[in-house]
Amino acid sequence: MTDAIVVEGLERTFGNTRAVDGVNLNVPPGEIYGFLGPNGAGKSTMLKVLCTLITPTGGTARVAGYDVVREPKEVRLRIGAALQEASLDPNQTGTELLVLQGRLYGLSNAEIDERVKAVSAMIDIGDALDHRIKTYSGGMRRRLDLGAALVHRPMILFLDEPTTGLDPASRARVWEEVRRLHEDGMTIFLTTQYLEEADSLADRVGIIDHGKIIAEGKPSDLKQALGSDVIVAVVSPGTGEQASAELERIAGVERVERHGDELTIVTPNASTMLSAVAVALEGCGVVVQNLTMRTPTLDDVFLELTGAHIGRDEADEETTE
Amino acid sequence: MSAPTVTGSTMPGRTQTAPTSAKPAGFWRDCGAIAGRALRAVPREPEFMIPALAIPVFFYFVNIGALEKTAEATGRVSDFRAFQLPVAIIFAVTGISRASALVLDIRDGYFDRLLMTPIRRLALLLGLMVADFVTVVLLAIPVLGLGLALGVSFETGFLGMVVFVLMGAAWGLAFTGFPYAIALKTGNPAAVNMSFILFFPFAMLTTAFLPQEALTGWLSTIADYNPVTYLLNGMRALVLQGWETKPILQALAAIVGIAIVSMTLALLALRGRLRQGA
Repeated sequence: MTDAIVVEGLERTFGNTRAVDGVNLNVPPGEIYGFLGPNGAGKSTMLKVLCTLITPTGGTARVAGYDVVREPKEVRLRIGAALQEASLDPNQTGTELLVLQGRLYGLSNAEIDERVKAVSAMIDIGDALDHRIKTYSGGMRRRLDLGAALVHRPMILFLDEPTTGLDPASRARVWEEVRRLHEDGMTIFLTTQYLEEADSLADRVGIIDHGKIIAEGKPSDLKQALGSDVIVAVVSPGTGEQASAELERIAGVERVERHGDELTIVTPNASTMLSAVAVALEGCGVVVQNLTMRTPTLDDVFLELTGAHIGRDEADEETTE
Repeated sequence: MSAPTVTGSTMPGRTQTAPTSAKPAGFWRDCGAIAGRALRAVPREPEFMIPALAIPVFFYFVNIGALEKTAEATGRVSDFRAFQLPVAIIFAVTGISRASALVLDIRDGYFDRLLMTPIRRLALLLGLMVADFVTVVLLAIPVLGLGLALGVSFETGFLGMVVFVLMGAAWGLAFTGFPYAIALKTGNPAAVNMSFILFFPFAMLTTAFLPQEALTGWLSTIADYNPVTYLLNGMRALVLQGWETKPILQALAAIVGIAIVSMTLALLALRGRLRQGA
């Protein structure tokens, strides 16, 4: 069976800026592919190319077996998309939006009725579906946006940062719906800047930075490949720099990153190093407020590859090796 | 020939709930869907309709109150209320369009949502224009009713009234190309609001208040070249003269001329907007 999405050497430039720079990726049918990266990494541009909204300046992309440049109409029939910031008409009702989507995809009136019922049950916004969208909360808007993308039963669903700006409860509901669609066999291409989202939902993750994919694989494999554990120490205010310098001197510490008074210590074996860290900090007179050990996250993977965190202000960071 | 239906693709060992039945809806169904959405929005935006109706009614009363006796005293205008009725219609329908909604769709991403569907691209514009035509007819009817209530009668009878309204509506539709062109070209709501400025030279530098023979100097020259002059002549002929072929044909030619210019600009702007992604 051919892959749902096949991208080869894809490029997209805007003036002198290379938003997407030679991306290759394959997404088999039924997979949730998480496209993870910081703001401005090229995620949304990539997604817009795959949704036929913009054409690439180089390379090729096939979606559902069709070329996005030469056969965009065939692609559009087979995809659904919820773009960043739910793009909804505040004066429409939810039902009107869903019906309009159904009409534009050539569904019969009976099919539209059936699909609106099915989608409204799935997104679970109750009677509000017949109210104007301007009365909806952010979470309801996102769920309606997702529902609108599903009216015509697409083969491939594109979600551009589907939970950005949502509260934790609304985020959990969107995740639940995405998982349900995955169980039904839908291919889902998801961009996100939330590590937890990619970790929780995606079968595979592609990490993008400055328009290039810098790592790809199952989240667990990417984290294992890092081969290191992490100790996080929170020290008393104003002592972070001193503590960082002290910790660097410990044998077995690979790297220390400081974010204010929070120190992240990367080491091959955190369990054996934990006491050494505590002793070293106590020895230099630094008061430890919190000391925890954890396995690496996708953020650590990103940090290892790029030297920066996803979604954190670079000015806030200071890494010493 | 019916369009092919897309059959669902499934992953081995998994079943999609049902195959998708998406297919291109067809041009006219696309237009109908877009027009339907636009028309449903009209009563939900009273700020859109109320000025469009209030301004011509206000000016109709003011012009009659200020100029009726003076104009009729010149001997060049026999019935100033009838003479002013086409002006009120033109005031009501000129510049009425969904361009302000379109530009918000572009800004807020709804336009992208539509572009991701298999909709025919021309239907994005034509559907809105269908809604505009219905809207301007609905605006013209109460203005006509007001004229009738104030004693205006049509030399061409009921059929003349129908042609009169359709002529005004056709003008309104022809003019919509300008705000749509600005909306599609700029994607800027402020620029679309400024397109209302175009209304003034078209509607004012003409025979809106006095017949052409009474105009002098530069205004007379400009009015000679203003298509609205010929539109007003044709509409006035329907009210005051009867089925006079020449002014009616000149009015239709003025509408077609403006439509060609404005629609060409709108279509070029649509093509440019679609190519922005290219």
